[in-house]
Amino acid sequence: MQSSMAVEVRGVTKRFPGPSGGAGSEVIAVDNVTLQIHDGEFFSMLGPSGCGKTTTLRMIAGFDHPTTGEIYIHGKRMGLTPPYQRNTNMVFQSYALFPHMTIARNIAFGLEMKKVSRKEIGRRVGEALELVRLQGYGPRKPNQLSGGQQQRVALARALVNRPEVLLLDEPLGALDLKLRKEMQIELKTLQREVGITFVYVTHDQEEALTMSDRIAVMHQGKVLQMGGPTEIYEQPCCRFVADFIGETNSLDGVVQGQEGDLVTVLVDEALPVMVQTSESFVPGAPVSIVVRPEKIQLSPEAPDSGFNSFPCQVEQMVYLGTDTRYRVRLSDNVSLMIRQQNILSGFDPSSRVVDGGQPVRAVWPYTCGRILLD
Amino acid sequence: MTANSSTPEKHSLLDVIRRRPGIQVFLLIFPSLFWLVLFFAIPLIIVFVYSFLKRGPYGQVVWDFNLNNYARFFDPLYLKIFARSFKIAGITTVLSLLLGYPMAYWIATRTPKWRNILLLLLMIPYWTNFLVRTYAWILILRDSGLINSLLMGWGLIAEPLPLFGNDFAIIVGLVYGWFPSVVLPCYAAIERLDFSLVEAAQDLYANEARAFFRVIFPITLPGVIAGSILVFIPSLGAYVTPDLLGGAKSVMIGNVIQSQFLSVRDIPFGSAFSFVLMVIMLGATLIYFRVGARTL
Amino acid sequence: MSTLVQERKHTRVARRGSRLGRGLRALITGSGILGFLFLYIPILILIIFSFNASRFVTTWSGFSLRWYGELFQDDAMMLALRNSLVVAVVSTLISTVFGTLVSLAMERHRFFGKLAFDALLYLPIIIPDIAMAVMLLLFFVMSKITLSLTTIIISHVAFNISFVAIVVRARLVGFDRSLEDAAQDLGANEIQTFWYVTLPLLMPAILGGALLAFTLSLDDFVITFFTAGVGSTTLPLRIYSMVKLGITPEINAISALMLMTSMTLLMLSVILQRKGGGSVADIA
Repeated sequence: MQSSMAVEVRGVTKRFPGPSGGAGSEVIAVDNVTLQIHDGEFFSMLGPSGCGKTTTLRMIAGFDHPTTGEIYIHGKRMGLTPPYQRNTNMVFQSYALFPHMTIARNIAFGLEMKKVSRKEIGRRVGEALELVRLQGYGPRKPNQLSGGQQQRVALARALVNRPEVLLLDEPLGALDLKLRKEMQIELKTLQREVGITFVYVTHDQEEALTMSDRIAVMHQGKVLQMGGPTEIYEQPCCRFVADFIGETNSLDGVVQGQEGDLVTVLVDEALPVMVQTSESFVPGAPVSIVVRPEKIQLSPEAPDSGFNSFPCQVEQMVYLGTDTRYRVRLSDNVSLMIRQQNILSGFDPSSRVVDGGQPVRAVWPYTCGRILLD
Repeated sequence: MTANSSTPEKHSLLDVIRRRPGIQVFLLIFPSLFWLVLFFAIPLIIVFVYSFLKRGPYGQVVWDFNLNNYARFFDPLYLKIFARSFKIAGITTVLSLLLGYPMAYWIATRTPKWRNILLLLLMIPYWTNFLVRTYAWILILRDSGLINSLLMGWGLIAEPLPLFGNDFAIIVGLVYGWFPSVVLPCYAAIERLDFSLVEAAQDLYANEARAFFRVIFPITLPGVIAGSILVFIPSLGAYVTPDLLGGAKSVMIGNVIQSQFLSVRDIPFGSAFSFVLMVIMLGATLIYFRVGARTL
Repeated sequence: MSTLVQERKHTRVARRGSRLGRGLRALITGSGILGFLFLYIPILILIIFSFNASRFVTTWSGFSLRWYGELFQDDAMMLALRNSLVVAVVSTLISTVFGTLVSLAMERHRFFGKLAFDALLYLPIIIPDIAMAVMLLLFFVMSKITLSLTTIIISHVAFNISFVAIVVRARLVGFDRSLEDAAQDLGANEIQTFWYVTLPLLMPAILGGALLAFTLSLDDFVITFFTAGVGSTTLPLRIYSMVKLGITPEINAISALMLMTSMTLLMLSVILQRKGGGSVADIA
């Protein structure tokens, strides 16, 4: 028995009856999903709306039950156990603070239900408020707090019960950008401090990359890829993941040949792109090559071997403060997006490669492309 | 990995209820269902059945199914009563609209805080005792009432004006009682109005009145219709108002029903009358839900 | 055309409708004010003249509480008052409980026949008083139930369930279900969730509905008239028979009292509902 498995989702499918009620209009929200979440890790489920991540989270919490498949928490099969009998706690997207209770009573609620002694409740509520840095806010009511503060109360309310697993349903969605970034760091630190397993749901890929130990990218009810942030970003398994996480360039083409670990793909019937890979590809297979914008450079000359290099026309240049983003055209049908850090100060044209009219090449190493089968 | 035994599931009463939403629903609706079926649906059916029976010579009910009661509606006496009731209800509706629509417009164009206060002020009398408010008009309209006394006292008239005991009084009473229910739907429709449409209209039509009739009024028409029905229905079924403010000649449908049941004791006929009234009401309500409420 | 242009220059204000031109605007403001005057003047007249020392509406002979005093010495009136209160309290209690339960069912569950039941719930409100009164009378007569206070109570509950349901349902529609999820997540079972979270948040609406039912019961005339037995006179019934016999100033006093009570109760009801998150327009 693997006791380091905090949550195990085994072959879970969830079907909802469609609006007309008949079997034909069913919605398959979660499609045969299997996940293993380790103890103490920060695990995220990432995907666009409707991909099934929230439904999966709710099933772990006990608000919904799988149509088929099982969910285990620390080895115990959950079955039809209702939420109030599970050792999980959830932080809701809307915080769901009880408006008619004070902050202290909100936080104490779970403990009250467990019939913890008055004294103990007082002590633990105080601890929880300290943990989220809201000491002294006990007597206030939720509507007297800002969004960020309410969110922290929701967190405290969940954590004070010392759950086995903490579930978070897009908790930072309602906060403004700066606050959200602060809270991301706070949450991550908190998780390290407290050591509880966090299962986090979000549609913001940057958030997931920032905070998670491992990410499951979901789409249309299925888990497309599961792995650490680096793996997900650098080695997307498919087009959707590549597109969803960060920005990417996709070059469609046909495999021409493979020599050892070097594959040649003919893009747009004219551009031979080389990719270094450990996989094998059959000539004639239609594929896409994904290249991240920051891996491509603009250079006046063709570099040594080991690099793809194509002449291009700079169509657009956008200054983004930390980076500059270029749109360049390789041929009628092929254009690339390039991001280069503004290492040299300012937007000084003379320090840049690109100058109006000068011929320039888009360059990237063979190792920086990834081939995806269409 | 071996799964432990599943968490023991207690089969308490709570579990049973939780497992079957059907039982939950049943428990929730049973009291009301019981009450409404026994004391509403069944009486309704009884009235329907009775409308086909006959009155015996001593006022008892004879179980002889026939359509005589319904045929009697075509008796000129009753046709006149229907006609009068429709006429009164119609006039009441029109007058209520003439008063209520501009009033709704006025409220809708106040500041939000005032809007709520005004609406509250509007609705509170509406929910108080109808009998008492109708009685107030007796004090005002009758020969020795406020208006006549004042006018005679100031020497403006020699004889009291016939403001009471006739259709006029009934209409005043009905408008008074029901015009707030015109205001609310009209208010809802006007409040949703996008006033840039009004401005556009004024660019097109040189004349404000035209802008109103061509643009504002048509858009708020669903509210107008809804409000009209909300006044027409209770006016048609009025009983207290004609009873207190009308005279012997100003009988409406409601009064006929009452007299059939309590004085004449022709219960079958009264039932038929009552049933026809209900059907008319239901028809009007359906129109309300189709036309008015849908677009609100 | 020029007047319009001039007017447009003046009216840069956000006040909607102010562009409609002076004539129309005057008409609208006029009918607004007129409408409220029309609504309240008869009420005011009634209240004012209940304090009139003279028994005639035509003359004002000073402020007096004489008629109120006579009210409290009128045994029949006091009996009617007691009856009204008993009926109102009992029917309110029953219809509030039933109405709340029904609201929960209608707003949170789907079930067979829900649409039909919804129609049944709305019917008592739509049907004219006289039709419902007659229906109930016939029912009681047929079932050989003697008319009494009990039959009045039964009848009042029959229509008040629907009114309470409307008020409570309005509040339930926007109810944040995630609060109940949170409660369950924190360890409260269904009953505890209802008790600690749902009910307290619903209470303003329930009380608002109860107050509405109370007022409607207190004020009801037509249905009560037909379903009351001998000796179970309520206040409106008593007022009616007094009016039929002849206008006396006592009627003014009791009428004024009833009006003031209803209006106060109604304002309370609305305030309670607002606190709970409903709105004035929900009442209609």
